[in-house]
Amino acid sequence: MTERLGIVTTASLEKGVDVRLDSAVSVEDMVVGRYVTIEGQKRRFLGMITDVSLGVTDPQLSISPPGADPFLAEVLAGTATFGQIHVFPRLTIGGDKESILEGPQPVKTIPAHFSPVNLTSETDMERVFGKEDGARFNVGNPLDMELKLCLDLEEFVKRSNGVFGKSGTGKTFLTRILLIGMLQKSQAVNLIFDMHNEYGWAGTREGGPPVKALKQLFPANVAIFTLDEENSRRRGVKTDFTVKIGYDEIEPEDIALLRQTLNLTDLAVEASYQLWRRFGRGWIQRTLDIEDPEEVKQLLEETKIHEGTLQNLTRGLGTVRRLPFIQAHAPDDAVKNILAHLDRGMNVVLEFGRYRDIAAYVLVANMLARRIYSQYQSRTEQAMAEGSAAPNPLVITIEEAHKFLNPEVAAQTIFGSIAREMRKYNVSLLVIDQRPSGIDSEVMSQLGTKITCLLDNERDIDSVLAGVSGKSELKAVLARLAPKQQALIFGHAVPMPVAFAPREYGSPQSYKDFSRAARPAGGKDEKIEELWE
Amino acid sequence: MRTGAIYAIVAGAQTAGLEPGRRAIARGKDEPTEAAVYEASPQLTRLLRSEFTAAVVGHRDGDSLRQYLPPQPARIHGFVYACPPDEVREFGQSFSFLHILLNESLPVPAEELIAATLRELSKAHEDGRAFLVAAGKELAGLLSGDYIRLKNILGRLA
Repeated sequence: MTERLGIVTTASLEKGVDVRLDSAVSVEDMVVGRYVTIEGQKRRFLGMITDVSLGVTDPQLSISPPGADPFLAEVLAGTATFGQIHVFPRLTIGGDKESILEGPQPVKTIPAHFSPVNLTSETDMERVFGKEDGARFNVGNPLDMELKLCLDLEEFVKRSNGVFGKSGTGKTFLTRILLIGMLQKSQAVNLIFDMHNEYGWAGTREGGPPVKALKQLFPANVAIFTLDEENSRRRGVKTDFTVKIGYDEIEPEDIALLRQTLNLTDLAVEASYQLWRRFGRGWIQRTLDIEDPEEVKQLLEETKIHEGTLQNLTRGLGTVRRLPFIQAHAPDDAVKNILAHLDRGMNVVLEFGRYRDIAAYVLVANMLARRIYSQYQSRTEQAMAEGSAAPNPLVITIEEAHKFLNPEVAAQTIFGSIAREMRKYNVSLLVIDQRPSGIDSEVMSQLGTKITCLLDNERDIDSVLAGVSGKSELKAVLARLAPKQQALIFGHAVPMPVAFAPREYGSPQSYKDFSRAARPAGGKDEKIEELWE
Repeated sequence: MRTGAIYAIVAGAQTAGLEPGRRAIARGKDEPTEAAVYEASPQLTRLLRSEFTAAVVGHRDGDSLRQYLPPQPARIHGFVYACPPDEVREFGQSFSFLHILLNESLPVPAEELIAATLRELSKAHEDGRAFLVAAGKELAGLLSGDYIRLKNILGRLA
């Protein structure tokens, strides 16, 4: 389908291209976010419509409009009055043999005057985004196109990524699709901190029955861990492991992260380090056990901690202790168990059950992630030293990411360092958040691919689009996404930004499609690879 | 109309006395009809002359029809014919002649002449309205900076 839209009238590399629409093309059919192809003399340019406007040749026309005469309107349409679209070119496809082999390239020039402009054909889109294959996963359709938008998930998991959007815009559904994709098409394993119990067994759907989640679709590849066994059982979820956390596993870093949530002072955080140095692993138990005023006095004198500070800290620690999954000493080592699953290539979903308060989530996610990350770090280093195989790439999914990655704590949390150090140790993040402006800008800039549903807060939009070329143009597209089931993807894993509607999720057919797309074990690709060796 | 290989559009007409200085006087005060005036004074048909002016808009160059001025003017005593409908239709396939009419100094306002020409041409076409729309679009291009003039012409096409 190549449908001529109009011709290029002005162009600038910086500001984009203005296209005058032909009279036969209705300006109302042009929507921002759609892709058009500009047929230059030597190459083709693929660009996104970022603005639509009306133009007149004579300002007099707007001052005394022609009235309701249909003949007059028909004559004027496309001549004296015309539609205009503003296009921001993203990629070029050269016409000669070499450039066809090279594939689409970033735009470094502009099309000549009066170059014809067409709607981008599905063939061109397919050339850019590729077909669904061993590494590419269909995440949805570009707006107004039948074509499947395919994401190279091997590329995707090489960096930390983010999914953003206001609440109720479909972040969870989109994330579930991405997780299924990663599970099927990449070597990476996922560890999902599932605050709202949406990813493991079943997920909620607005105004409908629950949808199947990962474990129901891929029972062999997914293990559900839970913090709240009772709640999981009540929901009919078959869990693989119940996670308990011992006090002795909590370190001052974990408390530091909870500073805001527990309303601790800086001094109280500092005191926790002192107490940890003094008491060692059992520091929380020991601190909370001291009740005798004499002992308290002695402790305060020895550690030079202010009394108010200690009270502040013990109150905070008391809150932590009241979390039901915290015990004096955990019977099983949750970290070891999770790692064992990850090593087998199993994806782990950790359900929080009823413990949805943010303190529990931040504490558990940070504690587990930190330990798992340090294991990964030492294993990767060992693998590098010995030249053996590195552990499976790990993608950690966190929700409410601004709680972990806000500028105040990003430097301290493990997630901050994972995001910054990128893939050095084979661990990356999938950040899910509704207030991206709350996330440290340094972390945001390190996210490889960003997928964002509708955002309407100016600051959130700015923070998501920071550092993207053609920011103001994308802003117009982002702010006009439908409130549901439309998203904009840009960054490392896609050659150019594109607005798309995520693929359907929740019908029996969609489940079938997901399982069919799974990579067959020992498929053709691998056999061909073997031949080369 | 056509004379030789030259096409022109009638742009004005007048009837006056043969002698340049002599103006026609009012007659027929007591006659019941206009025809009776001529019956009463049969010499009138010999003393009055009708003339028309035509704006040259194109010529035939071999097989092709050019809508710009011919290399030579029309011959004196060249016979003048009204164009038959199929020739009119052929001429109406292009609108380059509109530019000549717009800039010609004519005895009648160019807007009136263009509107009349297009109305006349549209009669030779099956889909007269589509023809007028196409012509209108051409005019809109030519008069892109003068919407009022364009509107005046378009208003006279219906």
